[in-house]
Amino acid sequence: MKLVTAVIKPFQLEAVKSAVQALGVPGMTVSEVQGYGRQAGHTEVYRGAEYVVDFVPKVRVEVLVDEADVHEVVEAIIAAARTGRIGDGKVWVMDVGHLARIRTGERGPDAL
Amino acid sequence: MDINAGDTAWVLVSAGLVLFMTPGLAFFYGGMVRGKSVLAIMGQCFGVLAVVSVVWMLLGYTLAFGSGGGGFIGGLKFAGFANAQDPVPGYTLTIPPMAFAAFQMMFCVITAALLAGTGADRMKFGSFLTFTALWALVVYVPLAHWVFSPTGWLAQMGVLDFAGGSVVEMNSGASALALAIVLGRRRGWPGEAMPPHSLPLTLVGAGVLWFGWFGFNAGSALSAGSVAAQALVSTQLAACMGLLGWIAVEKFSTKHATTLGAASGAVAGLVAITPAAGFVNSVAALFIGLGGGVAAALAVRVKFRLRYDDSLDVVGVHGVAGVVGTLAVGLFATRTVNSAVSHEGLFSGGGWHLLGVQALTVVVTLAFAFTLTWLVAQVVRRTMGLRVPPQEEIDGLDTHTHLEAAYDFGAVRAGARIPL
Repeated sequence: MKLVTAVIKPFQLEAVKSAVQALGVPGMTVSEVQGYGRQAGHTEVYRGAEYVVDFVPKVRVEVLVDEADVHEVVEAIIAAARTGRIGDGKVWVMDVGHLARIRTGERGPDAL
Repeated sequence: MDINAGDTAWVLVSAGLVLFMTPGLAFFYGGMVRGKSVLAIMGQCFGVLAVVSVVWMLLGYTLAFGSGGGGFIGGLKFAGFANAQDPVPGYTLTIPPMAFAAFQMMFCVITAALLAGTGADRMKFGSFLTFTALWALVVYVPLAHWVFSPTGWLAQMGVLDFAGGSVVEMNSGASALALAIVLGRRRGWPGEAMPPHSLPLTLVGAGVLWFGWFGFNAGSALSAGSVAAQALVSTQLAACMGLLGWIAVEKFSTKHATTLGAASGAVAGLVAITPAAGFVNSVAALFIGLGGGVAAALAVRVKFRLRYDDSLDVVGVHGVAGVVGTLAVGLFATRTVNSAVSHEGLFSGGGWHLLGVQALTVVVTLAFAFTLTWLVAQVVRRTMGLRVPPQEEIDGLDTHTHLEAAYDFGAVRAGARIPL
């Protein structure tokens, strides 16, 4: 089992969700996050006081998938999230040691 | 003179309008501070409303508008609103003197509340209320006597201040500077970003202030006639030009017109027209509002150079636009608008006399308000202390001072009720 995590532009969330759903992946967790990569922040001015805002709003998408589906899911996310402009974000994959569905007590791949 | 029902109704309504400006100011300021200290500043505005109203009834009104004291301070005849149905010395009113006393009460309240803006995010609640109670008697009341009471020495010299360019605006500006200096800067200022946490709240506040200002200025006619009508129109026009002036400065200097600039500019325009509203014509009001908006937009940047933390720009907006408006009376005042104008302004053919008196009033007001406020602030600082401890400032005043949070979103923070 793998955890696929993607940090994407908020505007691309709908496309990414549809792409992952289309593959039959049954669940997804999203959270609003802020961060910076190569994309610079921006400045804001209040009554003549200028502030540099380093952190840019992003959405973090987390999907638990079976080993066999990882490649497909990652490629789908990349295709859906890409605009070609700076700040499109990143996708990474981590191993998941244990997994349980709380309601039924199922363990391992059965809990996906 | 007989009581006129129309005049009385208008002044009573105006008292309500001016009262509403203080909650409006709470919104205006509340939006501009950080989310962790918004209740603190709004609480200070409401607290000062309660404290200063009572102080005004007990001593403020009589010291400001009672007779005696050689033009420097009123006597005690009206203390505790005793004899408040008797004529106000120097005035020929067509309204009950009690209506006048109530209307003026609201002026003292809003002026004291303005000072909350300079001490945002760091001033102790109890100290602020104590400070404003003392300040109302030591700083506001003498100035009100000198300028507003016809028996005051500046009024006797012929100063024209329709609704408080001196008593309210320049006074609060100079007082805010003194308080900011005694209080010291917010931790992290000016290096750390302290942007407004809710500009919609600030815009609502600016709208309430704008609305209330019709009572503030047009109500200051103390009658429901042509002077009140001109004052209302001048108020509207100056607010509009102040708004446009401020965002024009922003557009030229930082390329973006901001909503905070629009709200601030409207207030600056309203400040500038305050001393002039019932003395100048509509064209002059356009220039005065524009002058106030542009001057204040440039003035709010000065604190970063001089390094005093007047957090919400009471000095830059009220002080500077107040000076602009007070001097502008010396240029534009005309008898065609108000027969009470004894010397007309420079551009109305009255020569330099009025401008000279207005300039003297600027100097006297700024010097008096700054000096006395500095003293009052020092007294409170050395007895009660003015600032919250560093940790409370870092965590935010709301949870420490009031044991409340302004915004409680989401289930995670909700917690469980402690049974009685």
